[in-house]
Amino acid sequence: MTNEHSLHGPLEDPAADAGHVGHPPRVGFFTDTSVCIGCKACEVACKTWNDVPEDGLDLLGMSYDNTGMLGASSWRHVAFVEQERPLGRQDPGLAALPTGPSVTGVQQDVVAEGMRHAERGGAQLGTGPVDVGFPSFELPGASTGAEGRTDFRWLMSSDVCKHCTHAGCLDVCPTGALFRTEFSTVVVQQDICNGCGYCVSGCPYGVIDRRPDDGRAWKCTLCYDRLRGGLEPACAKACPTDSIQFGPLDELRERADRRLEQLHGAGVAEARLYGRDPEDGVGGDGAFFLLLDEPEVYGLPPDPVVPTRDLPRMWKYAGVAASALLAAAAAVFVGGGKR
Amino acid sequence: MSQDDGTLREPRSDAGATDFTARVFASGRGGDDGGRERPVVPRAEFRSYYGRPVLKPPVWNWKIAAYLFTGGLSAGAALLAAGADLTGRPVLRRWSRTGSSAALMASMYLLVADLGRPERFHHMLRVAKPSSPMSVGTWILVAYGPGNVLAAAADVLPARVRATLPGRLLRLAARPAGLASAALAPAVASYTAVLLSQTAVPAWHDAHRHLPLLFTGSAAASGGGLGMLVAPVAEAAPARRLAAAGAAAEILTARAIDRRPTLEAGAYTTGRAHRLRRASEYLTLGGAVAAVTLARRSRPVAAAAGLALLAGSALQRFGVFEAGVASTRDPAYVVVPQRERLERRKAAQDGHPGPARPDGT
Repeated sequence: MTNEHSLHGPLEDPAADAGHVGHPPRVGFFTDTSVCIGCKACEVACKTWNDVPEDGLDLLGMSYDNTGMLGASSWRHVAFVEQERPLGRQDPGLAALPTGPSVTGVQQDVVAEGMRHAERGGAQLGTGPVDVGFPSFELPGASTGAEGRTDFRWLMSSDVCKHCTHAGCLDVCPTGALFRTEFSTVVVQQDICNGCGYCVSGCPYGVIDRRPDDGRAWKCTLCYDRLRGGLEPACAKACPTDSIQFGPLDELRERADRRLEQLHGAGVAEARLYGRDPEDGVGGDGAFFLLLDEPEVYGLPPDPVVPTRDLPRMWKYAGVAASALLAAAAAVFVGGGKR
Repeated sequence: MSQDDGTLREPRSDAGATDFTARVFASGRGGDDGGRERPVVPRAEFRSYYGRPVLKPPVWNWKIAAYLFTGGLSAGAALLAAGADLTGRPVLRRWSRTGSSAALMASMYLLVADLGRPERFHHMLRVAKPSSPMSVGTWILVAYGPGNVLAAAADVLPARVRATLPGRLLRLAARPAGLASAALAPAVASYTAVLLSQTAVPAWHDAHRHLPLLFTGSAAASGGGLGMLVAPVAEAAPARRLAAAGAAAEILTARAIDRRPTLEAGAYTTGRAHRLRRASEYLTLGGAVAAVTLARRSRPVAAAAGLALLAGSALQRFGVFEAGVASTRDPAYVVVPQRERLERRKAAQDGHPGPARPDGT
């Protein structure tokens, strides 16, 4: 706590605010989803390097995404969205092809129903398997004739822990297991974590989770071990299209601004940056994104706010309530004699 | 998308549609099997990633909901015990102290057992972290616990030990110990509200103004209820008054939470959370009415009213806990309010007055 913006608002140097001296520049990811091809090399590289256990071999029946969401055992998650609209002025070239949506309404309803009854509403995806019932044996698009043909686009985005400037998980951790590294990233010390689970509810992005068998909380470390060895994180290293770019955050922000301008110039008006703005509810993300639709379409919250922002106000209300209780307890013993 | 580039295309049947995966999901759908309850807020339309939750539901289970109750009960009873001690009500003092300590022991068990690694519970003691309500709460409990247990121990000493020197010293220390623990009791009763509010869980965070008063009211109601249950009618007047005041605060604040014009209030007014909290309201109201009427004369009525107040407080805590869990399972509670906030901000930037947030924030 060295700064008026220690709890929320723009913060130039989170590592210095956490007490690091003479530290390296803040690093992060810029994930340019406009060039993501959904190959999932990042998911594989992450699992391999970090020795992340299996998170459930599932067929989710919704798209080519069978990971579902980030979790204790999925530190990268490639979202896969199919939409009936072309990208920019692109011609999808489907005029003569018998194509159609790869997921039918029936399948979606089956999966949605399965999710409703899943233990944690499907939120254990990324940590463990979810039985949604096998949705359908239909071939994608088989039932759609020429009249069902549509323009469509695929949106792919590799999601990851955002390493927020104001990290909800870090603020609420009662053991100090979560800490701010010299690179301004947020990492769990597994020898300290006692699995209290507060960080799971503290994260406004739903990233961190507890492994049921292990009892501790796990998430992306931005490959802290590789950073200390002067290497880039495994996912960025493996990304074949440079959709995941790693580097000093200032540099990444400039690069992202240039890319956004380029895309807007090319007619992709729907391109936008997500998590780039240091003025946003979490003080800007260490891992930010270029998206081609609204964030919620990718499963990201549209306007996340670190819960800590309201902390002083919440303690004030608690103080008033506590005083009222003390006053009431004193008052009931005054007057009325012994009855 | 322009159709005037000369390319022959079939007409788009879905003109104006955004995309088929972002189908409209209605809010209040998940977990709402009540049927009878109508959501206060109109069903909102929003987009999401295949209808999946954005947030993780809390990994906490029933043990944390139960702790919210036992912690509050311990605090309420500790206050009552201190008052009984100072005003010469030996039976009320003795059993309030004992009840308070028993509730504290249960709390300790529940808190440690809910950890993913219970054997590492003492890692909570390696830091003091003001930004974490759980760390603050840990230290509040560390300060609160010893005095509480000491005071109770002095009251349940066997007669044989009572006469020995340690026994006499313990009984001498009981009053200051009990008073010290009572001084910290309001903090024990209220910090749990901040613990829940300082999360990304929509229903809990949105209710951060009301939860502290709800929890302290509930603590007073349960503490008073315990007093009515264990003490004779002649000694229990303060317990009855504390129970009635606490119950009033609990019921009124619970109503205020339901009446908020935000979407998140829907998590409290639908489904299981709603049923638990309605049952709580009946029990608490019944207990409070009995406390100021029949319980002044009849010991059995007082005991029944005390039990009703205890049950009402417990159900209120479980209901609040359940509302938070339900609000993370349905992406509507995350996406819709945030989207509205963004649009209001955008409208403000463009210089148009946007749709005002009903609660004025």
